Amino acid sequence: MNILVCIKQVPDMEGRFEPNEAGSWFDEVGLAWRMNEYDAFAVEEAVRLKERLGGEARVTALCVGPARVVETLRKALSMGCDDAVHIDDPEAPERDPWQIASMIVGFAAGRGFELVFTGMQSEDRSSAQVGLLVAERLGVTCATGITAFEWRDGAITVEREIEGGRSCTLRLKAPALLTCQQGLNSPRYPTLPNIMKSKRAKLTVLTPESVGLEPPKASSGNFRPHERNAAGVILDGDAVTLAAQVLEILETRTAVLGKGGVR
Amino acid sequence: MKLLLVGEVRDDRLTAETAELSGFAARLDAEVSMVLAGSADALPSFAGRLYLADLETCGEFSSDVHKRLVLDAIEREQPDAVVLLHSSYGWDLAPRLAAAMQSAQVSGVVGLDDGGYVVESCNGKMRRTVRPLTDFAVLTIQPGAFAAAPMAGSPDVIAIEAAPDSAIEFLGCIEPERGIDLSRAGVIVSAGRGVGGADQVELVRALASALGGEVGASRPVVDAGWLERARQVGSSGQSVSPSLYVACGISGAIQHLAGMKGSGFVLAINTDRDAPIASVADLLVVADLAEFLPALTAALEQR
Repeated sequence: MNILVCIKQVPDMEGRFEPNEAGSWFDEVGLAWRMNEYDAFAVEEAVRLKERLGGEARVTALCVGPARVVETLRKALSMGCDDAVHIDDPEAPERDPWQIASMIVGFAAGRGFELVFTGMQSEDRSSAQVGLLVAERLGVTCATGITAFEWRDGAITVEREIEGGRSCTLRLKAPALLTCQQGLNSPRYPTLPNIMKSKRAKLTVLTPESVGLEPPKASSGNFRPHERNAAGVILDGDAVTLAAQVLEILETRTAVLGKGGVR
Repeated sequence: MKLLLVGEVRDDRLTAETAELSGFAARLDAEVSMVLAGSADALPSFAGRLYLADLETCGEFSSDVHKRLVLDAIEREQPDAVVLLHSSYGWDLAPRLAAAMQSAQVSGVVGLDDGGYVVESCNGKMRRTVRPLTDFAVLTIQPGAFAAAPMAGSPDVIAIEAAPDSAIEFLGCIEPERGIDLSRAGVIVSAGRGVGGADQVELVRALASALGGEVGASRPVVDAGWLERARQVGSSGQSVSPSLYVACGISGAIQHLAGMKGSGFVLAINTDRDAPIASVADLLVVADLAEFLPALTAALEQR
């Protein structure tokens, strides 16, 4: 059984984002890179399934992106994926979801993947489109935002979150694509021998053209910081001084610290 | 501009957020129609054409059936765009429509910018403007981003149906754990991923106790098992509106903000001054939680 996992490399979200010269996206200088968190859930779930199935399953990790993403593909290998495919596309960071999906579809079509796992969205573009676009274009069933997964001979049972803390349980059949949500699993830390092994592994490298890159459906620009609360106050300094300042503000701006001490 | 709104029904009722679709359409001064899987016995207040399918026949969670319904309405109505909420229903359905229409999709619209649509990026820290390059577009709007427009009038109902066979079988719903009702709490002190670990949650508990409040949590904290799920604040947890909300190490994902935006005064404590929680904080303290929380707790206890 062949399983595909689609992953993306994103910057650490704690980093400082500055617009690039064109103002279309962020400048990559000074950012640290890692696997998109939702995609790590996808890798973990695929590898767990492979381990349960024993020798009959093989997991391929696929990543579209510039040269830097090789590191994230090696991370997927160290977590237990068998093969890694890099669609080497320096322009990937600013491509729209349609284009990214077109390349994944171009690679996956005809390769007989029974299951495709991916994250429910990327942390940087947050479009939550690529997984579904791939599924629709491959003509496979798709369940999104799953928080539980069960496989029994091609029958899949998943839990999917809806609003208000509720989840629903859905059943579908392979071939299928599943997008993974936080809460599905805790991705493993690779062992040192697996890390060493992944460093020596050979990656398959493909060009965007060879996998059928299509023109975009949308453009993106005017990348800028989120507006702050204009009325908000920012304080920093040493903890004790800050505590006194905060206490004073809470006393004047809120009614929660009633007279005669703390409630 | 002609917009087709996709209404949402949960528990046999049109969701309150559906009125935000109308609010969005009003901002664009658009001509609107609506498509809905609902019930002819409980028609929404809406002035315009309503393409109505029977929810019971279609199933609430069969996205492939809903896709066929909306595509049918698009075919009849020929709108410039179809608009859904960026909800568990909408973000699941939208790309299915975009794929079928071979069109642009803009996800999670929070504002308008000179003919383009503003969306959030980088976990809510940044924003960008997306413009469709296709004549037709699929849009999802972020719940809470556009003020609801009052829904009035009687719809002009056009009954539609789609083949009810679905590749997705619905087995049932799992209700959330109950037991902790944060919705009436006057003070909530919430722990986010930034607290760093299960043992550090004690610092949050101590502050909550000094303030006479309840302990809340963001989603990653609950997923990590540091606090019980019943304490989760946000769109997949509880909606709260305390007089004072203290966000400890919470970056402020839009789903979290949606659950606490009704709070009176928001105190955020974070090491990252660019974290999106700053967009709703009345007071942002840039500090290490391990040092600041005990200092604030001590200061409160000494009053």
